[in-house]
Amino acid sequence: MMDMMLQVLAPELLILIAAMTLLVGDTFWGHRYKALTFQLTLVSIALTALVILASFSTTSVQLFNGAFIRDGVADVLKLSMLFMTFFAFLFARDYLVQRNIERGEYYVLGLLSLLGMMVLASSYDMVTLFMGLEIMSLALYAMIAMQKDSGFAIESAMKYFVLGAMATGLLLYGMTLVYGNVGSLQLATIYQTLATTEESLVLSLGLVFILVGLAFKFGAAPFHNWVPDVYHGSPTGITLFLSSAPKIAAFALMFRLLIEGLEAALMQWQSILIILAILSLVVGNVIAIAQTNLKRMLAYSTISHMGFILLGFLTGNVGGYAAAMFYVVIYALMSLGGFAVIVALSRKGFEADNIADLAGLGKRNPVLALTMLVIVLSMAGIPPFVGFYAKLVVLTEVVEAGLTWLAVFAVVMSVIGAYYYLRVIKVMYFDQPAEENAHNADFANASLRYGLILVATLVLMLGILPDGLLTLFNDVMMY
Amino acid sequence: MTQFPLLSALIWLPILSGLLVLMMRHQPNLAKQFALWSSVLVFILSLGLYTGFDNTTAQMQFVEQASWISAFNIQYFLGVDGLSMPLVILTTFTTVLAVWSAFDCIKERVEQYMAAFLIMNGIMVGVFSALDAVLFYVFWEVLLVPMFLVIGQWGGQRRVYATIKFFLYTFLGSVFMLIAFLYMYSQIGSFSLLDFQAMPLGFTAQILIFLAFLIAFAVKIPMFPVHTWLPDAHVEAPTAGSVVLAAIMLKMGGYGFVRLSLPMAPDAANELDWLVISLSIIAIVYISVIAMVQKDMKKLVAYSSIAHMGFVTLGMFLLYGILRNTGEVQGAIMGLEGAMIQMISHGLISAAMFLAIGVMYDRMHTREISAYGGVVNTMPVFAVFVLLFAMANAGLPGTSGFVGEFMVILAAFKSNFWIALAAATTLILGAAYTLWMVKRVIFGDVVNHHVAELSDLNRREFAIMSILAVAVVALGFYPAPVMDIMHASVAHLVEQAMTSKLP
Repeated sequence: MMDMMLQVLAPELLILIAAMTLLVGDTFWGHRYKALTFQLTLVSIALTALVILASFSTTSVQLFNGAFIRDGVADVLKLSMLFMTFFAFLFARDYLVQRNIERGEYYVLGLLSLLGMMVLASSYDMVTLFMGLEIMSLALYAMIAMQKDSGFAIESAMKYFVLGAMATGLLLYGMTLVYGNVGSLQLATIYQTLATTEESLVLSLGLVFILVGLAFKFGAAPFHNWVPDVYHGSPTGITLFLSSAPKIAAFALMFRLLIEGLEAALMQWQSILIILAILSLVVGNVIAIAQTNLKRMLAYSTISHMGFILLGFLTGNVGGYAAAMFYVVIYALMSLGGFAVIVALSRKGFEADNIADLAGLGKRNPVLALTMLVIVLSMAGIPPFVGFYAKLVVLTEVVEAGLTWLAVFAVVMSVIGAYYYLRVIKVMYFDQPAEENAHNADFANASLRYGLILVATLVLMLGILPDGLLTLFNDVMMY
Repeated sequence: MTQFPLLSALIWLPILSGLLVLMMRHQPNLAKQFALWSSVLVFILSLGLYTGFDNTTAQMQFVEQASWISAFNIQYFLGVDGLSMPLVILTTFTTVLAVWSAFDCIKERVEQYMAAFLIMNGIMVGVFSALDAVLFYVFWEVLLVPMFLVIGQWGGQRRVYATIKFFLYTFLGSVFMLIAFLYMYSQIGSFSLLDFQAMPLGFTAQILIFLAFLIAFAVKIPMFPVHTWLPDAHVEAPTAGSVVLAAIMLKMGGYGFVRLSLPMAPDAANELDWLVISLSIIAIVYISVIAMVQKDMKKLVAYSSIAHMGFVTLGMFLLYGILRNTGEVQGAIMGLEGAMIQMISHGLISAAMFLAIGVMYDRMHTREISAYGGVVNTMPVFAVFVLLFAMANAGLPGTSGFVGEFMVILAAFKSNFWIALAAATTLILGAAYTLWMVKRVIFGDVVNHHVAELSDLNRREFAIMSILAVAVVALGFYPAPVMDIMHASVAHLVEQAMTSKLP
């Protein structure tokens, strides 16, 4: 029994041990070996990924009386989170060093937040779910606030904290109402009970609160206002992290709660999700056009991507959930790449976060420009990049679910969205670099150069051969 | 024994050599030579399609089929029939000329320019040979990217406006096509175009699918009233870009009608043929009149392209009217064959016209008609070619321009006298705008010292012009080889288009 527990919990335990060790250890070696904490963090993330890979299986195992589950979905989500976090740390380090915010605590907080996400992915009980969410969010708030000499960073940390806390409160209230109605915290029990009982007003009310909380965490319109501000205000090296792995965690939260717990109430939440998705697509794509700041633009683009993910959910069938999962992982990869390009262009005392800062990048640094080209085209959903397949599978499921009108609406919105992505390409390739901000655009270090090339190659190769990943996602969803 | 994957070679060889060329950043001359010879190689390879083609069947040939995305039953499924094979060869042929024509006029980032055309070559072959809907859509859509970059980087003054307009128009059109594909997939669980053609579909679904396709192809061809991106894109594009745009990319719209619209939604096509025919007539008459008043040569040829493509769509949708009136299948086949010939012929003629304008632009750096006059005095050889191509554009018998237009007008008479009459006005209007331009540009007295200093064609330009001239005249006098290739497939298409798919 003990062996099995260890085996199931190994990934979380590893990250937890790493976080605690580094927290203590860094105070000893932090002054002398500046890079050690960073290196150990990456090693422990890689190690955890290897452990998951080695024991990967699509069968599900439950622990602690069904409060914790390890199944194919959890493993795939955790692997994606680890991957994103690994590269987020790798890309961000120089940026953070230049701004004097690279400290051991940064990595410790990052690992803790990662732990929260992994717990979320594995939770099978509303308490575990809530705990995972809190571990993740609190660490994130603190990470943003680490740049304490920047008013923007403090402001966005405050905003994120206050709004996040409110969303958490709403979610919690919704959970209590569901508990009051069903009498159990376990998702499996809730699922079975709801499948056999009549719908009730208390449950509907709880559902609404839960959905509002989820929409907040996702950044879906009309609960999206924090997204641009937080993305913009946070140091780019942290936005990079913020916009990738936590979105996968948000997916996990929604999947566990809505699908594994409350799927029987599909009829009730489907129409709400349709409205959220439509609003997100409109707000994300239309308002992004007006942005001149690249980080804000990417933030609005995130909102529109969240609309697509919600589309996958609301189909109410397994294929749709797999499509949404594929979308969120691909989105995280693209977002990671997009913000990493900004990090690569930023220099000490210069944030390359305006679209105009990309002017003439095609000449100044062809490799970086090509990477950005691949990433924005993928975000726009142009084949053969993987972003297209993410949209394709979601739309296929939406049409299969008989919601063809919604698919038409979504693609029209993508065309509107294509405009602002094209504008980025236009600035990079068709505009001349302005003299005064012709900062050196060469790669600052090898990890950014090769890491970004890797991300772009993945976006292209997964686009040409998406079969393996799609089949895997479908398989783990079916189990 | 497995067949040599000729179509895959035609798609991937140019794409890979394009990527190779992209790496020749510091050797522009090597990049040019490499690009030219690899495009020639691809062209020679593509002739294998012609020699190995079986004229007697409407079946898909050179078929390659493999699973690509198994979760959604998406296949890597290629094949050509009589409708697509000539277009594939036209593509590889035009690419050679486009690459070669750019040898002197492109000075900056030569390797990227050359690479873009090689990559586009592969993608366009992919569009014409894909038999899986997703594969088709991927090629269809990805083609926008290199063209977007070509117009945006090497274009004229308003290139950014033109290229974004081009991209968004075509993107908006094609997403509806994607939804139509997804709908049909949700019905039968396959993305094969052949399965789509065979599946039964209800009337409302057919109408919606037909309209979705119509939006996609009408933008691409382009048809009135969604044609406005074309003059902008043409005027701003560099010469080779205009050539590829006019000669091949417009044909993708026409190809879409015969590959998708007619066979997949025949009942809807029967119901809505009046819509396409009226839009075609507007394109032929109204756009021709607009062409007449253009001051910019490229714009004039761009509008003339729209008018000529009006003939293509007209020829494709005459069949229902003919069948209603006379029940005669031969007339329907003639209309469609005329439309197909018109596509090939327009590919050659528009390429030639744009190349000719490019020749003058390289020397004078203006496309304004008023800046020219009396070019024949300084460029006599060039003037002969221009006159030939202009005559072909106006539809002079003995050139390829005549064959298609003549067949379509004949077919139109079987359908409705007034349609035929309206279509026939093109013989007057087309001659008017083309020859008037030639008169103002080529003939008359030398108007200024710039024209007086012009030098005649160099050897490379002469070779390009001669190749096109031979092709135009040959197709005009002896179109039989092309018709033979198409015949079985067109007959099969007419049969498909006449068979109701209502369940």
